[in-house]
Amino acid sequence: MQGLLHFLLRFLVPLICAVIIVAVVPLVAGYIVLMERKVMADMQARLGPMRVGPHGLLQPIADAVKLLLKEDIIPEEADKLIFWIAPLISVTTAMLAMSALAIGPWFQIADLNVGLLFIVGIGALGIFGIVLGGWSSNSHYSLLGALRSAAQLVSYETAAGMAIVGGLLLAGTLSTREIIQAQNDYGVWFGFAAPVGFFVYLVASIAETNRAPFDLPEAESELVAGYMTEYSGFRWALYFLAEYTNMVVVASIATTLFLGGWLRPFAGTPAFNFLDYAPSVLMLAVGAYCFYRAPKQPVKVQQLFMMVVGLGLLLVAVVLALPLTSMVNNMVPGLKAGLHGAFWFLLKVGLYLYVFMWLRFTFPRYRFDQLMRLGWQFLIPLSIINVMGIGVALALHRHWGWSNWTAFPLTTVVTLLIAGWLGWAGEKKDKQHVFVGEI
Amino acid sequence: MVDQVIFHFFAALAVISAVLVVTRRNVVQSAIFLITALLATAGIFLQLHAEFLFIVQVILYAGGIMVLFVFVIMLINLDVSLHQVQFNRQWWLGLLLALVVGAQLVLAIVIGESKVSFGAPAPPTALEPSTQLVGHVLFGEYMLPFEIASILLLVAMIGAVVMAKKKI
Repeated sequence: MQGLLHFLLRFLVPLICAVIIVAVVPLVAGYIVLMERKVMADMQARLGPMRVGPHGLLQPIADAVKLLLKEDIIPEEADKLIFWIAPLISVTTAMLAMSALAIGPWFQIADLNVGLLFIVGIGALGIFGIVLGGWSSNSHYSLLGALRSAAQLVSYETAAGMAIVGGLLLAGTLSTREIIQAQNDYGVWFGFAAPVGFFVYLVASIAETNRAPFDLPEAESELVAGYMTEYSGFRWALYFLAEYTNMVVVASIATTLFLGGWLRPFAGTPAFNFLDYAPSVLMLAVGAYCFYRAPKQPVKVQQLFMMVVGLGLLLVAVVLALPLTSMVNNMVPGLKAGLHGAFWFLLKVGLYLYVFMWLRFTFPRYRFDQLMRLGWQFLIPLSIINVMGIGVALALHRHWGWSNWTAFPLTTVVTLLIAGWLGWAGEKKDKQHVFVGEI
Repeated sequence: MVDQVIFHFFAALAVISAVLVVTRRNVVQSAIFLITALLATAGIFLQLHAEFLFIVQVILYAGGIMVLFVFVIMLINLDVSLHQVQFNRQWWLGLLLALVVGAQLVLAIVIGESKVSFGAPAPPTALEPSTQLVGHVLFGEYMLPFEIASILLLVAMIGAVVMAKKKI
């Protein structure tokens, strides 16, 4: 009996988590697309998708069905096998990278002791999907997109890696679970202790996921659709799924390392314990708004659907409120940590994705030489200096007994000064001669 | 039992893809099989509980170096290489040499197996997190060789840039 229980806990729970991830991530990706369209519409003073379901809530499902039913076209001169496999590589690696993420203390497939490196490394393999897909299409647009993508990823991977090293120096471990625990022990999220590292990671992660303003691999004004020009139907959808899954992955890395993972804001301060009610109140507010909007929908079915959505949100609010009562908390210990942890983690990931979209709709696209210069001449030196700065701050704290509150701000200010100098020197150099990119 | 199956799977994958790297005519396909071979080796590292080595293999070789390889390959005109003859007149000499080296390896393993005794494999629970150990060894005991290797790589890189680019 004991052995069976142990076996189940060891193999069945991770298996269930894995199935949940594989089943839910495509749906989530679809709704991130909807969220993106809605955010874009909001910023451009439009309404966005409104037809399918109330406020376009069923649009992702309609899109998925459409893509599944489309004809799958393979170009005559394409390298068929690689053309087939390439989208699969992208999706598989993106999904695999999610396996080491800790979404709340309860939900994790595997707590690897190289967790964060695993996520970064496996995520980086997804580039082969893009590069091989672009090459095998046997089209100039695709090939150019693939080349740009490879050059961009190799450049920004370095900056992102060094930015992560900055956070890891503080945590002293690579396991996602222990990194979040370390932030709990410090009492501060590493994003505040190492703001420069967080900034570098933010920029580099946008470039790595090929998002605007760094979306040169699929720049539609120059390359039709870049590496996926020749793809259609479901294979094209797979690339899209991979891109959005990768966004979730980089957002989760940033959340884990810099934004405190599943920790509530001010987790260690009893004065802020009222924030425990925030998840329920938030869900309650959104649910109530759904009910308020429901009678204003044009069609009866949509009114009903809106009601159902509102009811669902109220149910979530109740579930999130349950662990706050002492009775339930005593019955299932750890329920609050599990549920609320997942809530805060997903909220932070959502906010990070919102920043992605915000930047996408407010910045114009970079030129390729600008992109390369930003990566190599600004971000990489900055991230290396940041690592040195954090090292100095840690040494000052541990060996010379400085307080954390003086050591970290001091080194951050020094790093920022050097960053300013880097930017200023780069600008001065630009004025002397104009560099024209070769790709 | 399961360990055996997993090991033989990765080992067979590594060997078969290594052979295919050499025999494929299409360079891109060769590159893909090289990636497979490297990943299979990484899998063997993982099975040996060398997690750090596993992930370094994936990030550096499969993720970094191979991306550059593929990047360069895509710039080459493949039609030329597809029609080139893969073997020249000295193929039998190469084969002979390969057989001799192979025989040498087999001999070394057969003789060595009786001379060297391997300890019993450590139980998986007794192993410490390897990342920290690697770090301590690399930046403590082997600090000097590690730094010399870094400088050597830096020199090679600068040398390549200087040779390739006349005006910097």
